[in-house]
Amino acid sequence: MSDIVIVGAGIHPFGRTDGRTGLEQGVFAIREALADAGLEWSDMEFAFGGSSAAGSADAVLPRLGLTGIPFINVNNGCATGGSALLSGYAAIKSGEFDIGVVVGFDKHPRGAFNADPEASGLPRWYGETGMMLTTQFFANKITRYMALHGISQRTLGLVAEKAFDNAVHAPHAWRRSPVDLDTILNAPMVSDPLTKFMFCSPAEGGVALIVASEKKARELGLSGPKVRGAAIRTRPVGSFEVFAPALEIERGKSAVELASAATWEMAGIGPQDVDVAQLQDTESGAEIMHMAENGFCSDGEQERLIADGETRLGGRMPVNTDGGCLACGEPIGASGLRQVYENVQQLRDRANGRQVEGARIAYSQVYGAPGLSGCVVLER
Amino acid sequence: MAIAVAENLFRGSGADARLLAGRSRQSGKLVFPCPQGADADDYDVVELAREGTLWSYTIQRFKPKTPFNGDGDEVNFKPYGVGYVELPGQLIVEGHIVANDLGALRIGQPMRVTTEAYRTTDAGEAVLTYAFCPADEAHRHEQANEGDNS
Repeated sequence: MSDIVIVGAGIHPFGRTDGRTGLEQGVFAIREALADAGLEWSDMEFAFGGSSAAGSADAVLPRLGLTGIPFINVNNGCATGGSALLSGYAAIKSGEFDIGVVVGFDKHPRGAFNADPEASGLPRWYGETGMMLTTQFFANKITRYMALHGISQRTLGLVAEKAFDNAVHAPHAWRRSPVDLDTILNAPMVSDPLTKFMFCSPAEGGVALIVASEKKARELGLSGPKVRGAAIRTRPVGSFEVFAPALEIERGKSAVELASAATWEMAGIGPQDVDVAQLQDTESGAEIMHMAENGFCSDGEQERLIADGETRLGGRMPVNTDGGCLACGEPIGASGLRQVYENVQQLRDRANGRQVEGARIAYSQVYGAPGLSGCVVLER
Repeated sequence: MAIAVAENLFRGSGADARLLAGRSRQSGKLVFPCPQGADADDYDVVELAREGTLWSYTIQRFKPKTPFNGDGDEVNFKPYGVGYVELPGQLIVEGHIVANDLGALRIGQPMRVTTEAYRTTDAGEAVLTYAFCPADEAHRHEQANEGDNS
């Protein structure tokens, strides 16, 4: 069976771009990805795309060319981009198509997301009494994790400090100035124990990837990282997820643990083989917990690993080399594909200033509402 | 007079409050809050335990966007606690946390169900939601609620 390779990657810088719609940022990213591969829109056989708040993704078609290709809109919460990639992967793997584009873009208003209880199958009082906030979920989850596994407040700060340090070298990142540890730790609390520098913000951006069968890539004289594994999983019984008015006493695995296990199995390799990882860091604690949930360490080991700088550039396993969500912000539809974009740059030795030397295996993991996770393993 | 934020969510007020859950007639499994609408017929309404232990907590420091409708505007918004309390053998339930000192909360400490007037209607009526407070402060919050209601 033919391998699937990523032959082109494009991004519209994350952050705030006044005067440019989310859709326009998606079109921009697709044009960048096509230019990166040296291809034309007319070379594309299919497209999968999504946005959460910036309209229907197939509205990019009139801007790029009405070539009649199948364009399937993907709407899957925070895993929208990852779902588009997985769909593109499956389309090629099936043998029906040889080359296509996956795209994700978004543009959110400033401030925390406001949620609609009814849309999530929850009663109105849950929102009215002020409990339907993703920030509260992340704070509750890390508060318990810190108490159970000996993670300190300082470690939360170190994760944010690293994000802003790394983003200095990532042209597509939003917040590209270092912020010192004391400033991070002493900033106003958003939801205890997390200060404002420890949370990512809703933002804007677009990412597109051109995926092709290895055979097609060879015919076109193109190359790129191979997709070794990719999987999405939703919340199982006993997991702790956003917007949960009650939990079962018997605790179970998380959506992240299921998705990562499926991805490792498909890739035939494990966490010990990874050279660089992009892990969902909606807030500092999420990166810490996801290190363990994806299998990179045991619970509590993060305290020492992070103190020793092992997840920093130059460390044993750099995490979130472009500053992650903390420094790039989170446009829901694009966020998961940004992680893959960054890994593509790392595996093509294009991550100037933040390059993990000789990186061969790169891993990414997205997590979000309503409790789902998507992981991808790429190989140089 | 105070009114409840929703039907079939809790009974009573202050230290006498009891949370209401649904018990599946088929599996016996507890669900909180009680399923409403088409699924409601499959569940019996049951009262949950009054006391449990703090499972986790945080403090909401900024005024949430809509549909939040609690008292206070951007300027005089009063941060409130939100956490989970494990009711032994039943469920781990999320709710507001009221305490003399939210900064002194500790995972595992005994907690008790209470109610909290989280907003006031245009007609001046207090709207109650359920909450949890440290078990040793239950008496104080009961008095506070009576004060609110008088």
